[in-house]
Amino acid sequence: MAGIDKNLRWAGIVLLLAILLPFIPGVSDYRIFQLTLVLVYAIALLGLNVLTGYNGQFSLGHGAFYAVGAYVAAIMMDKWGMPYYATVPAAAVVCLVVGFLFGLPALRLEGHYLALATFALALAVPQMLKHKSIEYWTGGVQGIVIIKPDPPFGLPLSQDQWLYLFTLFVLAILFLCAWNLLRGRTGRALVAIRDHHMAADTMGINTALYKSLTFGVSAMYTGVAGALGAIAIQFVAPDSFTILLSISLLVGVVIGGLASIPGAIFGALFIVYTPNIASDISKAAPWAIYGIFLIVFMYLMPTGIWGGLRKLAAMIRARRNAS
Amino acid sequence: MSALRLMGGLAAALVLAASPALAQKKYDPGASDTEIKIGHSIPYSGPASAYGTIGKAIASYFKKVNDEGGINGRKVNFISHDDGYSPPRTVEVVRQLVEQEQVLFVFNTLGTPTNTAIQKYLNAKKVPQLFVATGASKWGKPKEFPWTMGWQPDYATEGALYAKYILENIPDAKIGLLYQNDDFGKDYVEGVKRGLGEKNMSKLVASVSFEVTDPTIDSQIIQLKGAGANVFINTATPKAAAQAIRKAAEIDWKPTHFLTNVSSNIQTVLIPAGPENAKGIITADYRKDASDPQWANDKGVADWRAWMAKYNPDANVADQNYVYGYAVAQTLEGVLRAAGDNLTRANVMKEAASIKDLQLPMLLPGIKISTGPNDFYPIEAVQLAKFTGKTWELFGKVIESRPE
Repeated sequence: MAGIDKNLRWAGIVLLLAILLPFIPGVSDYRIFQLTLVLVYAIALLGLNVLTGYNGQFSLGHGAFYAVGAYVAAIMMDKWGMPYYATVPAAAVVCLVVGFLFGLPALRLEGHYLALATFALALAVPQMLKHKSIEYWTGGVQGIVIIKPDPPFGLPLSQDQWLYLFTLFVLAILFLCAWNLLRGRTGRALVAIRDHHMAADTMGINTALYKSLTFGVSAMYTGVAGALGAIAIQFVAPDSFTILLSISLLVGVVIGGLASIPGAIFGALFIVYTPNIASDISKAAPWAIYGIFLIVFMYLMPTGIWGGLRKLAAMIRARRNAS
Repeated sequence: MSALRLMGGLAAALVLAASPALAQKKYDPGASDTEIKIGHSIPYSGPASAYGTIGKAIASYFKKVNDEGGINGRKVNFISHDDGYSPPRTVEVVRQLVEQEQVLFVFNTLGTPTNTAIQKYLNAKKVPQLFVATGASKWGKPKEFPWTMGWQPDYATEGALYAKYILENIPDAKIGLLYQNDDFGKDYVEGVKRGLGEKNMSKLVASVSFEVTDPTIDSQIIQLKGAGANVFINTATPKAAAQAIRKAAEIDWKPTHFLTNVSSNIQTVLIPAGPENAKGIITADYRKDASDPQWANDKGVADWRAWMAKYNPDANVADQNYVYGYAVAQTLEGVLRAAGDNLTRANVMKEAASIKDLQLPMLLPGIKISTGPNDFYPIEAVQLAKFTGKTWELFGKVIESRPE
């Protein structure tokens, strides 16, 4: 139990620092907006990590769930005039159901085949969003412009500061839930399925149910991220959710660290800041620079940033003990 | 005497104090005595990266301006970022431009969804979104969006011009219209209907749509022929446009064929469709095609070629994006020269909305750029051209259509 207390204490300190971050003088609204995107992607990455890192199912299509979450939020705000905070649970429920239903047939597919099926989903969704039968809702190619929420109760905050804190609040709850889910029986079952499917079956784990539910929960997290992302960006359109988004999410999970909760934050930092740094270095070939970063990271930290940091900490501790 | 001298001294001091006030320089963020900062975003990477050459063209045009002494003594600092044609990315880089890099305004950002994503933000911040690079018809609404302005003729205007020409020249016209089922296509439909007017609507015998993802549009062409159309307005994007030209020839349908400017590229559309099949097709343009022999001795094209040779030596001279970038940058240069030392955002917008009959060397002769407080559509005229089998041959006069 001491280990858990220590983990929670650390998480609390980090959370406190994160709450104070937007109030540091000199941190502009633009920087806060960027950090909000980091939080949004961290939620999406956590969702994908539950699926890929803990349960061993590959998805190249999480951009699709992100898009569904974003559209749920945009349509609710634009067409029904709902408040932004009400869209987050709605996006969660819709994506949980969509993810679970997609997970059912996907169960028959293993490994690479599942990756391809989800890839197809990511390719299809932007085009489906343009379809004329749902154009009234989705706004077609033109998309939907939404209004940025003001801070409540007349709090003396900028819109960006408020949205950052709101996103941080949602993130904290979702991270706590994921941590609670993964450290106990359920988490062990997920890992058992990942490590040896048949052995898990023999131990009495209902692998089919677990796998579909994991898919649903994973999609739910990503959908919530999509809704928060849409509110932060103030706009959704099919062109926002191309296959590149799905691939970026997978990159983020691997770079951050598979099967680790804090890894999601580091992965999110990578996917938000690396394209900026890359295009600052070279306008002509930003993706080549991005590729170099990717290779360097994978070479230096094969278990992701979080894995690398842990290894570093262990080395320092070992050296201290030796002396 | 001493009192007089004192008076004189006082008067001189007053004049000295007043004169800087007369020529007072006014600046908003991004402008100073030495510099004007301009923000820009365009896809340099990703599927739409072919447009990236516009960004390079604008950058090298302002390099030339700076080499020649800048604008009213100020150097242009053109900051251009890659947005990969992804709206969330555009929001991020444009916020970076406005809030971190503190540009005076944002200029010629490319794409309809990308510009839609930043329009509300820029208007709320009162930062001009000048001369956006999209032909959608929604950028000229000064009442709703006083900080946003388009530049090129919009698609609806082009559609209206074809309709106008048809009414004047083909009395027994039965029009068949092919359009893509999205905003782009619907702009044309709206324009053609506007050009025809209520009483001529019966001349539009068929309008057929297709999805941009459809593998072929054969059935649509057969449908148009079946409806008895003798005029074909083809507003399809390049791939489908080429298929339409080929299919029409295959089924021996020979209408008077109007082709959208978007698909008028000889290399990528007309040659694949078969130059024989494309002979006689009519399109509309507002730019000079630098590879067209009729401009061989044209001063404007010669200057453009010299600029290309000096500043873009590795570029493809057949790429019309270099004509586009050159011309749109010249429009902005004119606005900034007119703004003088009053480089506030409001004044830049005011000058952009008071261009009078500006003629640019790379636009067709007779095409003039005009704007006003209620007219945020800078270019509203085009000239028709007929395909000879080898090149586009201009004919008729420059025709104008003011959007309602």
